[in-house]
Amino acid sequence: MSGSDTDALTRLDAAELARRVQAREVSSVEVTRAHLERIEAVERTGLNAFLHVAADQALAAAAAVDDEIAAGTVRSPLAGVPVAIKDNMTTRDMPTTCASRILDGWRPPYDATVVRRLRDAGLVPLGKTNLDEFAMGGSNENSAYGAVRNPWDRTRVPGGSSGGSAAATAVGEAPLALGSDTGGSIRQPGAFTGTVGMKPTYGTVSRYGLVAFSSSLDQIGPLGRTVLDAAMLHEVVGGHDPCDQTSIDAPLPPVVEAALAGARGDLAGVRVGVVTELSGEGYQPGVLAAFTDAVRVLTELGAEVVEVSCPSFTYAMPAYYLIAPSEASSNLARFDAMRYGLRVGDDGSRSTDEVMSATREAGFGPEVKRRIMIGTHALSAGSYDALYGKAQKVRTLIVRDFTAAFERCDVLVSPTVPTTAFPIGDRVDDPVSMYLADLCTIPANLAGIAGLSVPCGLAPEDGMPVGLQVMTPALADDRAYRVGAAYETARDAASGVPFASTVPDPAALETAS
Amino acid sequence: MTSPGGSSAVEAAPYTVEEVCERFDPVMGLEVHVELNTATKMFCGCRNEFGAEPNTHVCPVCLGLPGSLPRVNARAVESAVTIGLALNCSVRERSGFARKNYFYPDMPKNFQISQYEDPIVFDGYLDVPLDDGSTWRVEIERAHMEEDTGKSLHMGGATGRIHGADYSLLDYNRAGVPLIEIVSKPITGAGVRAPEVARAYVSALRDVVKGLGVSDVRMDQGSMRCDANVSLMPKGATTFGTRTETKNVNSLRSVERAVRYEMGRQAGVLLADGTVRQETRHFDEQSGTTSPGRAKETLADYRYFPEPDLVPIEPSSDWVERLRAGLPERPWERRARIRSDWGLSDEEMRDLVNADALDLVAATVEAGAPSESARSWWVSYLAQQANTQGVALPELAITPEQVARVIALVSEGTLTNKLARQVVDGVLAGEGSPDDVVAGRGLAVVSDDSALTAAVDEALAAQPAVAEKIRAGKTKAAGAIVGAVMKATRGQADAARVNELVLERVGATS
Amino acid sequence: MSDITREDVAHLARLARLAVTDDELDVFSGQLDAILDTVGRVSEIDDDVPPTSHVAPLTNVLRADEPEPSLDREAALAGAPAAEEGRFRVPRILGEEP
Repeated sequence: MSGSDTDALTRLDAAELARRVQAREVSSVEVTRAHLERIEAVERTGLNAFLHVAADQALAAAAAVDDEIAAGTVRSPLAGVPVAIKDNMTTRDMPTTCASRILDGWRPPYDATVVRRLRDAGLVPLGKTNLDEFAMGGSNENSAYGAVRNPWDRTRVPGGSSGGSAAATAVGEAPLALGSDTGGSIRQPGAFTGTVGMKPTYGTVSRYGLVAFSSSLDQIGPLGRTVLDAAMLHEVVGGHDPCDQTSIDAPLPPVVEAALAGARGDLAGVRVGVVTELSGEGYQPGVLAAFTDAVRVLTELGAEVVEVSCPSFTYAMPAYYLIAPSEASSNLARFDAMRYGLRVGDDGSRSTDEVMSATREAGFGPEVKRRIMIGTHALSAGSYDALYGKAQKVRTLIVRDFTAAFERCDVLVSPTVPTTAFPIGDRVDDPVSMYLADLCTIPANLAGIAGLSVPCGLAPEDGMPVGLQVMTPALADDRAYRVGAAYETARDAASGVPFASTVPDPAALETAS
Repeated sequence: MTSPGGSSAVEAAPYTVEEVCERFDPVMGLEVHVELNTATKMFCGCRNEFGAEPNTHVCPVCLGLPGSLPRVNARAVESAVTIGLALNCSVRERSGFARKNYFYPDMPKNFQISQYEDPIVFDGYLDVPLDDGSTWRVEIERAHMEEDTGKSLHMGGATGRIHGADYSLLDYNRAGVPLIEIVSKPITGAGVRAPEVARAYVSALRDVVKGLGVSDVRMDQGSMRCDANVSLMPKGATTFGTRTETKNVNSLRSVERAVRYEMGRQAGVLLADGTVRQETRHFDEQSGTTSPGRAKETLADYRYFPEPDLVPIEPSSDWVERLRAGLPERPWERRARIRSDWGLSDEEMRDLVNADALDLVAATVEAGAPSESARSWWVSYLAQQANTQGVALPELAITPEQVARVIALVSEGTLTNKLARQVVDGVLAGEGSPDDVVAGRGLAVVSDDSALTAAVDEALAAQPAVAEKIRAGKTKAAGAIVGAVMKATRGQADAARVNELVLERVGATS
Repeated sequence: MSDITREDVAHLARLARLAVTDDELDVFSGQLDAILDTVGRVSEIDDDVPPTSHVAPLTNVLRADEPEPSLDREAALAGAPAAEEGRFRVPRILGEEP
């Protein structure tokens, strides 16, 4: 296959790839090979989106899907389409490292529920994507295996923690990817890389096999280049799972149907709330401009836009950076060199305690250590009430704010991030400034509701993508897809080209130079 | 000043309980862990089974592998509530799990899923029967669900014990086995009876839980374990003294000894103007003493917080009432009822219980036998057989139903007592049911008069002198003839009938 | 507001089994102090609010007590840094179980 054919296939969205594979216009093996070649070409440029590529397994899985399709069986609407998996979800046939030295080379004996569902639906896993170590971070600089670069500007971060999944999707290394979102880790890199990212309602996508960062906040979700693609992947992985007792036993909202309905461009009667507290001072002017323009577009589509205040949101970031580290300090205690993963300093004279401490010191990066210590502090007897306990009360206030806002609105909107992607290295030594990147996305995690990020143009001052966040009440994820798809259609109609096609091609840059 | 742990002189000669109580009031708190006998573990579908090959009952969940999530065992929750109801506890309307965080290699996640602020059941009591027939009410603080740890094997070094070992080997088959921890409120006012109350409480708890069928409660196998907190306060004081927690107290006798020893030891420390150190101590079965565990740098801070992976439990009142209605009679209430029904003395009753025969006799009575003969079979002949075989009475290869059948065969005249014992021997030897053995060994009583008459005539002919004596009126001499007949019929004749026939055949009048 | 010292960091690191270096004690004490200043703002909110620990509206999610297959022992031990006699081999254990 020629390079241009490869390029053509890797530019297609997942829905179109699925259609062609299932109509046998192209084989899944051809599509998969095209993406593997694209990965090779792009990774050579140093994008660093993948930690592991499973070429042989992918081609074998694709061939099996082709055989089935030839025999008349189509497992799901996405059968035959390649997908990338964030490396914090367990995979039986690939390592799972969480981008941490402490899990270097670990091969889980089981598949995460979402991975099993991908396989069952005939999707083709290409490999595992890079992330901030244990999903702790908003820039992907916390990976033990090196930072991921932003395809729009290689000197900038792709966002995080699902930076590898977002960058890979943006440049066509994969048409689809799974990410996980604890405080914005799908939506924020989605915004930074110009991709669509969805954090579903807590409890609607199984966490079984997702290496836990903060169990009460973590949620797996899709990344794609279009709203429909994200919805289609969401439908494959979502739904009740008895292996996760926080999984809600209810039908998944009709997300694909909503994305299709939204693409028809009518938002008449939809009440959209603009959250006062999620804009203004401290927000990058280009971000605010793109956001304001997006709200204007929603109004033109027939939506009724009102401003709503959620006063407790100012406490969301502080509460999040107590709850998440607290749960993390407990979740990450299991990495102790006893049963799996790294073991350092076991020379026969050291005790278990010493080996545990030496291993954790060597195996964890600085951000993980900081969070473990913050969490240990927040849960300790002397601080619990003032820190962890208060943070849980903030959570109640955030839930109440959302409940009140959703009485007046069907969805809430905000910029996904206050700024565009920042330069690599800019915030590394200042954790607090790094935490500000999650300001707009955190409230949805604390309340367990759904949030979608859709690209809404570029900031004029730096030419970097901006995201529009659409939040919905719990179990009303379909509304986000409807509003997101309507906006996406209007956006592309206005500019005349699909936004996804405007991402610079690092591989082309490489060849040109 | 004496060293905080107590000088060696104090260790060697602790005060007697009586001496201690002249100056101090003891306060005890007992924490009892009960391993449930569910089919599977607390949070995963691995088998809950004692004694399997190491690391064969493990999965991603109980090994704490990254990404795994716990799933609560419904049966364990039911058992916890049942235990709570049997201990007169309230059932919490909304209860939840919490993580107890500490690092230890036998705990795969380095946190234990337990319950903290909202245990499933709380505020109960147990009326504990004491040896003198009185009862002692022990208040229950709470009972909560948690998971057990794995087991370590300490290798190298001289002793095979934790200290001095070169390394350890871990088996996680037990990791995640459901545990119920039952915590008493402080037991005060027991005075010199404190050690006895402690033992009686654990014993009563064991009986109650056993009666519920939710645990094997084998202290020797670790399915019931007790930690005893003991402190002393000056007589008449209301503020508790500093307590020690003695772990590893794994028999009823040890519970009593450990409490007695700690009382004596602490009194020794206090009377020497020392201070009792708050610490964990270990009970040594051999010496009957306790010794301090390794001193900790800091007090444990378990950093409990609500388990985010599990949702709250809200038992419905209907369900709780159904469980309450299904509670069995309390073991000692049942014993009291049985004692009066069967008309037994205290001593007879105690013998029954001590011989582990109560349930067997009750089941035999249930199967239709009179209590007197049922009791007699189990405590004498069957107890002897068990003793000979070196097994516990309940392990004998005969069921209460079979014993009841044997008793019925005797009372209907098919068997004599002697024959009945042979039938029981046959059953024990695996020859089948009592009826099978009767048929197989041809053991039924010979009640055919013509056969017996022939045997009598033969015996009389063989002993003419004896026949003459009988005829002369010395009817007691008939015994020799009866004996000969019984021998000839291999004991299968009814001796009374044979006696009648002998007198009849010699023409003597009775 | 908060005042995290090197000793505090050393204590937290010990609790969390992190053998931090002297340099880290300096860096982390400054960083943790700044973080705690920011997150400590939660103490401003009203104390009467009930806490929220779970957001999914679920109760009584239970599993039937039915055995499911366990891992093969080989698979269970496959990731172990060291194994012996079908068990995980770990360095000598010094402390008592808490």
